[in-house]
Amino acid sequence: MELLDSNVDLEELQKLQGHADRVWGLAWNPAPHNCGGASAMLASCSGDKTLRIWQMGPTHRFDCSTILEDTHTRTVRSCAWSPCGKFLATASFDSTTAIWKYVGGDFECVATLEGHENEVKSVTWSSSGTFLATCSRDKTVWIWEVQPGDEYDCVAVLQGHSQDVKMVQWHPLVDVLVSVSYDNSIKVWAEDGDSDDWHCVQTLNEGSSGHASTVWSVAFNSSGDRMVTSSDDLTLKIWDTSSAISQTDTEGFASWRHLCTLSGYHGRTIFSAHWSSEGIIASGAGDDALCLFVEEKGNSIEEPSYRLLLKKEKAHDMDINSVRWNPKDQRILASASDDGTIKIWEVREIS
Amino acid sequence: MTSGLCNVCLRNSLPFVDPEHPYSLEELKVVSEDSIEVDDKLSHVRVVFTPTVEHCSMATIIGLCIRVKLMRSLPSRFKVDILVAPGTHETEASINKQLNDKERVAAALENPNLLEIVEECLSPSFQTWT
Repeated sequence: MELLDSNVDLEELQKLQGHADRVWGLAWNPAPHNCGGASAMLASCSGDKTLRIWQMGPTHRFDCSTILEDTHTRTVRSCAWSPCGKFLATASFDSTTAIWKYVGGDFECVATLEGHENEVKSVTWSSSGTFLATCSRDKTVWIWEVQPGDEYDCVAVLQGHSQDVKMVQWHPLVDVLVSVSYDNSIKVWAEDGDSDDWHCVQTLNEGSSGHASTVWSVAFNSSGDRMVTSSDDLTLKIWDTSSAISQTDTEGFASWRHLCTLSGYHGRTIFSAHWSSEGIIASGAGDDALCLFVEEKGNSIEEPSYRLLLKKEKAHDMDINSVRWNPKDQRILASASDDGTIKIWEVREIS
Repeated sequence: MTSGLCNVCLRNSLPFVDPEHPYSLEELKVVSEDSIEVDDKLSHVRVVFTPTVEHCSMATIIGLCIRVKLMRSLPSRFKVDILVAPGTHETEASINKQLNDKERVAAALENPNLLEIVEECLSPSFQTWT
């Protein structure tokens, strides 16, 4: 269904309340049927030190089915599901990352990853299911390999950023990792074919048309040839690697170039951006607004560009920290805010 | 430009103490009425403060105290920017970046030692000095 030429609206379907502090992160379970046959599951993490799991019931409304508490001793900043949907990782300001496993209707903490010197800011699971990555204010990115028996081995401690690393995200198709930082740069990490050593294969900073202030988030499109980053410099930047050689060659995904900068849409720090499987980019910022962007299908000779599809002012009462598209229903979007709530939205075409 | 309502709120909020000096920040000229901008309609507040000395290591703490006090006094709709007055501190860009990174502020306030310092600065008992 082509959305580009029609008018759309973002309809608020539900407001999820319960967290006692700001909600920092969200993650949709990519395979909810593996958790007791659920149709949709959304994890949210908060300054209240808990993680909540919201499940969609028969009436298509979400209810809080689980609260994971008494594990982290500080803010839970980020959460991520494994590709099989049976494991959930939570990253905390208490410097640990907890791994939870779905066992007989409940979630059990089966491992705690330690090592970072201070707050862990983000955790991401590779699509191969082999690796986890975490990053921290200690300026490092750690790569963990998943072993049988719920064991996790640290296989790399990546240094390179000169400041706090805000987020890490695995590429959707290959084991290539991207990290974004308070040092205003974006780094791409890959394994050296011969030595299995992880190293930085590319750095995108202000000189490479990169951001002029803290980069808060990164997200890939579903085909993995584009990524979007959001920053405190009030812009979103789209990066492209279409000149990639082949899908299986990690080399191709180590060469990103700036495609386009979206500015003037948000008046305060853009904390989050996410790409739907349909190609719509959602962004959430400190101006309490939510924006949607799509690629401008125009003259094929010109450089691709993106245009604003919709801006929802006052989508929340306070800063929006995270926006996430439902991977199973590409028109459904979730947003999390400093106001302690999560909202579920639907993109609707209006005639 | 300050709006009347917010002016009153801020004047009542800000007379608290620099941990190194037993006077209020207003008495020390760290903040003044002119260094506070309020736009009620846009829900925006900007505070520019002058640390007591150029190398003042307490500048970040002072900034943090200002942020916490305003967070607790202003309605949640307000967006607050706190900046070191240009030319008054050698690492002003670095301090400004930290003070306006809400994730860094949130993590700092979860540090019990730092929180204790902030709470002490903001406690009513200190304000009896003024």
